[in-house]
Parts: sequence; C-alpha cells; structure tokens
Amino acid sequence: MSDHNYTPSSKFGKWFNDRLPLLTLANHLTDYPTPKNLNYWWTFGGILTFCLITQIITGLVLAMHYIAHADLAFSSVEHIMRDVNYGWLIRYIHANGASMFFLAVYIHIFRSLFYGSYKAPREIIWILGIMIYLLMMAAAFMGYVLPWGQMSFWGATVITNLFSAIPLVGESITTWLWGGYSVDNPTLTRFFTLHYLIPFLILGLVVLHIWALHVPGNNNPVGIDIQKPSKDTVPFHPYIVIKDLFALLLFMIVFAFFVFYSPNILGHADNYIEANPLVTPAHIVPEWYLLPFYAILRSIPDKLLGVVAMLSAIFILAALPWLDTSKVRSAVFRPLYKQFYWILVIDVLILGYVGAMPAEGLYLLIARVATAYYFLHFLLILPILGKIEKTTPLPLSITSPVLGGSADLAMAKNTDVRKEKL
Amino acid sequence: MSDEKKPNRRDFIFTATAAVGAVGAGAAAWPLIDQMNPDASVKALASTEVDVSSLQPGQSVTVLWRGKPVFIKRRTENEINEARNVNISDLKHPEKDEDRAKNPEWLVMLGVCTHLGCVPLGDKGEYGGWFCPCHGSHYDTSGRIRKGPAPTNLEVPKYEFVNSNTIKIG
Repeated sequence: MSDHNYTPSSKFGKWFNDRLPLLTLANHLTDYPTPKNLNYWWTFGGILTFCLITQIITGLVLAMHYIAHADLAFSSVEHIMRDVNYGWLIRYIHANGASMFFLAVYIHIFRSLFYGSYKAPREIIWILGIMIYLLMMAAAFMGYVLPWGQMSFWGATVITNLFSAIPLVGESITTWLWGGYSVDNPTLTRFFTLHYLIPFLILGLVVLHIWALHVPGNNNPVGIDIQKPSKDTVPFHPYIVIKDLFALLLFMIVFAFFVFYSPNILGHADNYIEANPLVTPAHIVPEWYLLPFYAILRSIPDKLLGVVAMLSAIFILAALPWLDTSKVRSAVFRPLYKQFYWILVIDVLILGYVGAMPAEGLYLLIARVATAYYFLHFLLILPILGKIEKTTPLPLSITSPVLGGSADLAMAKNTDVRKEKL
Repeated sequence: MSDEKKPNRRDFIFTATAAVGAVGAGAAAWPLIDQMNPDASVKALASTEVDVSSLQPGQSVTVLWRGKPVFIKRRTENEINEARNVNISDLKHPEKDEDRAKNPEWLVMLGVCTHLGCVPLGDKGEYGGWFCPCHGSHYDTSGRIRKGPAPTNLEVPKYEFVNSNTIKIG
C-alpha cells in the first residue's frame, strides 16, 4: 500500500512518527482508496460507528444516575426522567438509539447480502460483523432489563430460561445466570455490569472489522475486484467522508423524529409498571429488532428444538460465505438470486410481524412456513443457485460501463455496447 | 529409529509445566465462576409457611417462595374428578393426579411455566386449569401440560401440612 512510505512533513511529526506511527495510520485512513461507485447503502458503516459512540456516551451519563438494585432501579429511572437535568433527553436518545442502531445494522447486513460483500476475500470481515451483531443483541437485551419494569423482568425470565432447554445442565446454568432461583437482584446487578462491558467489546471488534476491511478494501455495487489505488478509486477523505456525513445527517433526522415526537412508540407501555414476579403481562413481546428470531422460537412446538432453531437462524449467517456457492458477488449480475434476495427480505419482515402477534391459529401457521423458508433459503437455495444460475456478464472495471456512455449500472450488462464504445 | 521421536527431558518439563499451569488457571477461575451461583443469603430463604384457612373450594392463593410464585389451590369436586379421570397415556408428561396432590383437595405447585418461566393464568385454557400467555401452554386442573410448547407438568415443590391450616413450602 502506498501509505507505507508516508513521511510527516514537520520535524516533530517525523520524530513522533518514528516512535509511534500514529500519523502513518491517520494518513492511511485519509488516503485509503475507495471504489468510486459506492452508493448510499455503503454509508451505514459510518452511521453505525456514530450509533455506537452515541450509545456509549449517553450510557455513561445514565450510569451516573442509575441505581442497579431491584428495589431502586425502577424509581431511579423515573428520577432520571423527571429530576435529572436533561435526563429525559439522554434516556430517550439511549433507548431509541438502540433501535436506530439495529435499524442501521439490518440495512448494513442486507446491503452485504445484496452485493455479496461476505464472499472471498471478505469472510473474516463478515464473521466479525456477525459477532458484533450477537454482542449487540446481548447488550440490548440486558439494557432492556435495567429499568426493572414488567417487560424487563419477564423478558429476562423468558430469555434466561432458554438456557434451561439444554439437556442435563440446563437448570444449573440458569440458576448460575440468575444467582438465585429466579430473576432477582443478583441478576440485575450482573446484567448492569455486562451491559456496561459489552459496548467496549463491540468497539474492539469494530476496530478489527475495519482493519479486516482495509486489507482487501471495500466491495462495491458491481462487486468486481479492482486495482487500488487506480482510476476506479477515490481517496476516503474527502470524498467518502462527505458522503457519509450527508447520509448521517439524514439518518439523524429520523433519529430525532423518534426521540422528540414518539419516544415511546418502539417500547411497551407495560415497562412503565414496576417488575412484579407474581404477574406476567398478557403479551410478552421482545423489542422489534428481535421479533423475527422470537417468531422462529415460537413456531416450533418443542422447547429444546425451538431454542436450537432460533440460535441456528443467527449462526447460519456465519456460514453464509460457504453456503453461497456463486463466484459472482453483486446481485446486479445474478437475475435469480436478486429475486430470492427480495423473497428473503419479505420472509424476514413476515417473521417480524408474526413474532409480534399471538402464537396461535393462522399466525402460527404463517410463522412455521416463514421459518421453514428462512432455513431453505440458506441451506438449499443458495448452494444450488450458485451452481445453476446463469449470471449476466461482469464489466471489466468500474470505469468501463461509465465510459461506455452511461452511468447506469444496467449498461454494464450489455457487453456489446461496451465493446463498441471502447 | 531416531532418537528425536522419543520424548526427552525437555518434552517432559514442557508437558508438566503446561499441566500444572492449566490446573492453576482452573483453580483461579473457579471462584470467579462460582461467585455467580446463589449466595448464602439467597439459600437461607429456602422455606416459607402459608396460612390457608381462609381459602374456600375453588379459590387459590399465590405466594412467593425463593422469588418464584407458588400456586396453592383448594380444588372443587369437579376439578378433582376432572383431574383424576384423565387417561394417563394421553398425557405428554404422564403423572397421576394422586401423586401430584396427596390431599386431593389441595394442589400445591410452582406457578412457573416449564417452557420459559412465565406465570400461567388461573381458570383459563382449554383444560380448565392454567394457561400461559407467553407462548400458549395449556395445563389441566392438576397442573399437567396438555397442549403447547412446555415440556413438563408444573413442578410440585416439597411441601407439608404443619397443621390443618398451615402449609410449609420448602
């Protein structure tokens, strides 16, 4: 890479950089050659970094006022809402920030699925991303327990009971997780500790995620390998930085809408009732971002198999680079995959919808069909599709379809036109 | 036969060092793992006594034991008959009502759904017993699982009648 030869211009800079090459790193990050055809779906990495930092900062502030004790947690959250200066704002940003974080991460993941960003040589980036996603779910779940409302308590009860499905040692593991015979104060204090820890683990994984990204460089909408730096790339700064910032600004408008106009719309009213171990709310529903997995859990009428199916639905993603046998990355050149991709999107949305509905009658039937299709997509359709699909011709470079007379990617499909113009 | 393939003194020292190190690491990790198990104060709250003299047939009371709800139900004749006239082979988790309620009038069990730990609602469900709102498990008038994802019947804790009016749980 070109930045290995970087020499700072100032004498002090050179002295410092010889001892700790931070300036070399900064130079690498600004000059980092980026495909020039990245679209707005590629801005979610930056948006996600913003979300993580927002959660860490607001969380740090909330921890200064929150009391992790079963008798005091609920009232300390109300204290934050009513008494602490701007406490309402900070808590609403943190609570809605979690939803925004997941919104962004789902777009980020589905972008990867569409453009085949998980394929060689980017498998490690993808797996690190799945690990981040898992930690995000753990952090979000434990964070939701902290206000110690009814949904907090019963959500914690249901999720920790998932471990009791493990044969033989399940009960002991659940008791160990609880620190007692039910969800209680010991559970709350350890969840608070872990909720504080996990974001920093995520931060560490994000560094590795970006490091792994900077080895092969970004994938791009055409999904072909490119030379870097070359006429197919632009430096990260200022081109991508400005694009990312503009997208972030639009994202923050959505974020601000939730925080200021409907801060509780994504939550549940039951969580403003203090935890009561004697009464389960009539409808236990997890937060929206976990609903598809919840639907899978409930669609299977067996405790252990339900838990296994739910976990498999997540872990199957880690195997995706090997399940998808197609050598072509971008769905732009895969006419069949493109259709199956959208069916998967709809399937996941349906799972999310039925996850919020009662597990009975027609909803249960729909959940079972959608669950079956989810696994079918990854275990059967993707491996076979890569073998039988006839892909459309790939362009030779990012630049060629553009010089071919049109900026439209669709032009890249038409090899004859490209040859004529070149 | 080469001498290099035989384990020599150095190999022995490496293996021995690694083994001792592994035991040491395990011993150091155990207190850090075990501290999460129920502590002495949690274990100390292991039994509770309940006065049930005011319960009429058909009524039930829910008490907290080890942080979990316990249902104490004084069953009606109908409910007892319903529970006892079930064909045991139809049950997902076959248990006789006679074994679950020693005194047929009194049913004592944990109010914790064996699926994922919610509290089932009384006098609901398709079998006239309990119904778990979380994931739709139906229990009969003996607290046995009849329909839904729960794998086993509602658990009967250890309990005894201290006198005719008082039940000691735990």
